[in-house]
Amino acid sequence: MKFLVCISNVPDTTTKITFTPDNKEFNKAGVQFVINPWDEYALTRAIELKEAAGNGTVTVLNVGEADTEPNIRKALAIGADDAIRVNAAPTDAYFVAEQIAAIAKEGAYDVILMGKESIDYNGFQVHGMVGEMLGIPTVAPAMKLDLSGSTATLEREIEGGKEIVTVNTPFVASCQQPMCEPRIPNMRGIMTARTKPLKVVPPVGEPARTQVAEYALPPKKQGVKLIDAENAGELIKLLRNEAKVI
Amino acid sequence: MSVLVVVECADGEVKKSSLEVASYGAQVAAQLGTTATVIAVGEANEANLAKLGEQGITKVLYDAEPRLKDFVNNAYTKLIATAAEQEQAKVIVLANSNIGAAVGSRLSVRLKASLATNVVELPKTDGGQFTVKRGAFSGKAFSDVVLSGDRKIIAVKKNSTEAQHDAGKTAEVVSFSAQLSDADFADAPKQVIMQDQAGGVLLPEAERVVSGGRGMKGPENWNLIEDLAKALGAATACSKPVSDVDWRPHHEHVGQTGITVSPNLYIACGISGAIQHLAGVNSSKVIVVINKDPEAPFFKAADYGIVGDVFDVLPKLTAAVKALN
Repeated sequence: MKFLVCISNVPDTTTKITFTPDNKEFNKAGVQFVINPWDEYALTRAIELKEAAGNGTVTVLNVGEADTEPNIRKALAIGADDAIRVNAAPTDAYFVAEQIAAIAKEGAYDVILMGKESIDYNGFQVHGMVGEMLGIPTVAPAMKLDLSGSTATLEREIEGGKEIVTVNTPFVASCQQPMCEPRIPNMRGIMTARTKPLKVVPPVGEPARTQVAEYALPPKKQGVKLIDAENAGELIKLLRNEAKVI
Repeated sequence: MSVLVVVECADGEVKKSSLEVASYGAQVAAQLGTTATVIAVGEANEANLAKLGEQGITKVLYDAEPRLKDFVNNAYTKLIATAAEQEQAKVIVLANSNIGAAVGSRLSVRLKASLATNVVELPKTDGGQFTVKRGAFSGKAFSDVVLSGDRKIIAVKKNSTEAQHDAGKTAEVVSFSAQLSDADFADAPKQVIMQDQAGGVLLPEAERVVSGGRGMKGPENWNLIEDLAKALGAATACSKPVSDVDWRPHHEHVGQTGITVSPNLYIACGISGAIQHLAGVNSSKVIVVINKDPEAPFFKAADYGIVGDVFDVLPKLTAAVKALN
């Protein structure tokens, strides 16, 4: 079984978001970048399924410039076998999906996994685009993934419940908790990751279909109105008469 | 040229988020000088579909194929794509739901459209550009995105726009068939398991949310959260540490790596307000924080606050809500 795990390079979850003075770009200064937390579920689950089967390969794919390589090496340290970096800025979901679809097709991967969405762009789009480009099923968002031969059984989250879906390989799934407990690299993994293959390839396909014109931060709160704990019922009156939300 | 709106139904009712989507689609149509047509998915009822006229919809297409009752990715995609071609839709509007994301992403490739998800406002269409405002950085920011394709697909975030009500107006419900075959249903779910709601409110659709954190000290104390939620007609939610230790199920986890909510009222009980949690709730209209630590960062993001013990304050709030009703 050949697994392709797509990872995105995103600001750490504790990052305070700021933009360049013209509000056109995210201000990367001083920001720590991590593997997108949703993608960690995809990566760990692929490694677990490969280990359970006793054979197969896990390839990590990232669309990004050279500064994403530390996190690609981290994915290799966690247990992926090799990596591919498409040397281009991930301008929009469509552009990224084109790169993934091209590599998935060329490498004849059986299972294409990624996180539900990236925590920076929050598109939740790439999974379906890749599935459609390759003409294969997509299951998104998946909370559970098991493989038996070439048949996968997944739990897909829907609003208010879940669906049990079975698909045959090849397929795409976007992953979220509680699929697995994401792994962290150990010392041996970190040592071996240095020599695992990381191939850099140029981008293909058409340009992006969307362009970010400007970023903005949410409006600041006016300040908190404190109510005495002894008189907590007063809050309910304020919510009805002042805020008018109950 | 028209606007096609995808409306999700369940048990015969139009979902609240889809009423917002219908209203949004009708307003986009008015901006573009055209009309909005709905394609209904899920288990619909014709009388309820006709009522979409109140949101400004003129025509509703409905395929009564029984296998469309549950979500089937390929079948839904083909159904909507067929409707889009028939209506020559330039703009397709859907909910930013799990169904909307699954279908919208496939449609964008099939119809060669520009796609924007998580959209929070009506588009700007002046100057020949089509620009939408969408949530980014997990609720920590917004971005204005230009949709440069000839066709556009917009997934509208729940509770970010108000559904209009023009009482008494009705839409024409027209039977529609996309000629779906067995092959289109190959990825149909084997089983659908709904959560036991027991009179509760679903978190993604909720207008009010009562949420608990580690300050609740253990799952055995959640009756305090549930009592207040029940009195308010609210959904219950929790912070990440709480779902990580299995005090509460994962689908209740609100935050950067859980779900993002934007209710009218969010009451946080015993949650300190880590930046990752705030990202998931900061588009709520009114935020109330109850915490015994006056230095809890959540107070900075709150509209109302009570510095006090949740075990003491929550019963008082529940009693006060009951006294109101």
